[in-house]
Amino acid sequence: MFNTFKNLILIVSASLVLIACGQQGGGAGSKKSKTLQNTQKAGFVKCGVSQGLPGFSNADTAGNWSGIDVDVCRAVAAAVLGDADKVKYTPLSAKERFTALIAGEIDILSRNTTWTLSRDADIGLTFVGVNFYDGQGFMVRKNSGINSVNDFQSGISACTNTGTTTELNMRDFFNSKNISYEPIAFEKADEVVAAYDAGRCDTYTTDKSGLAAQRTKMTAPDDHKVLPETISKEPLGPVVRQGDAVWEDIVRWSLNVMIEAEEYGITSSNASSLKDSENPQIKRLVGSEGELGSAFGLDNEWSLRIIEQVGNYGEIYEKHIASTGIMPDRGPNELWTKGGILYVAPAR
Amino acid sequence: MNLKTFSLDLKNKKRLIPQVLTLLFIVLLISYFTFNAQVNMDNRGIAFGFGFLTQEASFDIGFSLIDYDGSRSYARAFLVGLLNTLLVSVIGIIIATLIGVTVGIGRLSSNYLVAKFAEVYVEIFRNIPLLLQLFFWYFAALRALPLPEQAMNFNDISYLTVKGWYVPKFIWTNFSIFIYSVIAAFIAIIFVSKHAKKQREEFGKHIPSFYIGITLLFALPFLSFLIGGVELEFEIPVLKQMSATIFNFRGGVSIIPELMALAMALSMYTATFIAENVRAGILGVGKGQKEAAASIGLTKAQILKLVVLPQALRIIIPPTTNQYLNLTKNSSLAAAIAYPDIVLVFAGTALMQTGRAIEIVSITMGTYLLLSLSISSFMNWYNQSVAIKEK
Repeated sequence: MFNTFKNLILIVSASLVLIACGQQGGGAGSKKSKTLQNTQKAGFVKCGVSQGLPGFSNADTAGNWSGIDVDVCRAVAAAVLGDADKVKYTPLSAKERFTALIAGEIDILSRNTTWTLSRDADIGLTFVGVNFYDGQGFMVRKNSGINSVNDFQSGISACTNTGTTTELNMRDFFNSKNISYEPIAFEKADEVVAAYDAGRCDTYTTDKSGLAAQRTKMTAPDDHKVLPETISKEPLGPVVRQGDAVWEDIVRWSLNVMIEAEEYGITSSNASSLKDSENPQIKRLVGSEGELGSAFGLDNEWSLRIIEQVGNYGEIYEKHIASTGIMPDRGPNELWTKGGILYVAPAR
Repeated sequence: MNLKTFSLDLKNKKRLIPQVLTLLFIVLLISYFTFNAQVNMDNRGIAFGFGFLTQEASFDIGFSLIDYDGSRSYARAFLVGLLNTLLVSVIGIIIATLIGVTVGIGRLSSNYLVAKFAEVYVEIFRNIPLLLQLFFWYFAALRALPLPEQAMNFNDISYLTVKGWYVPKFIWTNFSIFIYSVIAAFIAIIFVSKHAKKQREEFGKHIPSFYIGITLLFALPFLSFLIGGVELEFEIPVLKQMSATIFNFRGGVSIIPELMALAMALSMYTATFIAENVRAGILGVGKGQKEAAASIGLTKAQILKLVVLPQALRIIIPPTTNQYLNLTKNSSLAAAIAYPDIVLVFAGTALMQTGRAIEIVSITMGTYLLLSLSISSFMNWYNQSVAIKEK
């Protein structure tokens, strides 16, 4: 009796599996954005961030995230859900980030991620733009007598993060200078800092913004300095999964709107008062002219909400990067009209 | 069971049905997930394949037992990681066994201080999570060790610093002849001990095979130096200044602090469990056995060697095999302190650079499985050799 019962359970579960097999598939290729639908149904944007990088994505003691990478997700939440706070943050290591995005655990990866060909083309990801132009640099102790990368000599030991482009750039750099070096790659930034601080390595290399941010965590920040040279291009930007073109567009244009808003002098405080502006481009950005939102299945005020709730790029930069002392000088991250390289396609 | 009895035994046949169904269920479950993964990967335009293994890795590894640099393939990087895992596991197993046996015997010592010390050691190190111990050894060691310019100096040939332990490098001439001499020594030892056993069993004659063996082990390689043309030179590390305050040793071999910390943490932790196994094994041998041995006039050393240990080993080996397996698998915590083991190098950096999560994780899992199975089959073989042979 007991055996027959057990058999029954087995047969039923086996057939369930078969049914499940038959139902699977579909999803890709449909015109509406599945990610957008799921986000609206869930009521929050699933955003992957770093495990703590001041200025980019960092949580305070109460667990509130802030930073320019966080603000990309906030902008998307403001656009698609009407509330910039409706974001669920998932802190990810450099190693985990792409897998989490591909597996659908997050829908936007906004985690100081360098745009490279192999990442864009090879592993099922799409980069939507650049929200910070960075480059790899070196940090050394001030008393080391090293003032330039040309002072490095063979036998130097360099600490860095594993699973990042810095490991590859470092090799290219030292090889081109014909310097033999000892790479020491840690999984988490905190351990890199601790090991460098303890004297395990002579130099610490990562993106310059990261060096500036991590320096603040050291026991004696003033004992260290960042060398002037930049050895690589690191365009950092948000990433989405391949295969959902509408979602990709939403994220791209949420970022572009913030940059263009700065160009036209639209800020979080004056945005709503500019509805009757003379300039049609400003009117389009604050939603009083044209129907730009309909292309993604959003209402017309999506861009106004981004500017009002999150701010324009200049405001974000000032708040997270400049005023915190990480990189007071905007350098390449200045608008093209002011000598930088921030130049986005027009929202029209 | 042969075919004839099988077809006749209806009862057995009936019992087979649930087993077949369970098997079918598992196969279906696996194929469901495989199919799902395939569809999902197709949708996202990810190709499955192992072709990436031959591509250029283009990242460097700080510590490698074989020749490697970034221009080599991912497969080579995998091998570097695997060898580093094996290295730390072997070192860990040896040290853990030595400490474990010592502490295990120490716990049974009649000396109060020794017994207490062993007990405190076991209770502390087995009750703190391994990862914490690892961080402790690594960061405590880093903070405690001197900078290269103030290195701890061992007779001007070896230096211990925060950047590693620098030891002289051996430079051999005619290394193969030296190896042959060692092999010859081992063959001679086996021959001598067989002969000694025969002499003892047949004629009751005692031949000191242990001392003869030791002598052979030193004498034959020594001869290879004298007449075999084998030469050994040492490359001694020297301090080099690289900038105003940066110094480092060049030349020699560097044992990196990551390896020292990892081996230390793994062996200190695992030794506690081995110590308990040893204690259980010795206590598991009946008191009467020792008394009987003493009554026929065996010395204390002989009692331990001939009566207690052979019986205790039967109790000690199976659970100790588990500990060896645990140690090997725990070595994957290396990634936390930047020791370039297979997880950090292959399932970390290589995975990141190629994005081939499924392929790389399956290769890594398969490797650990293979490692564990090899260790356990070796230990099973050893266990069988010491087990009671029913006559």
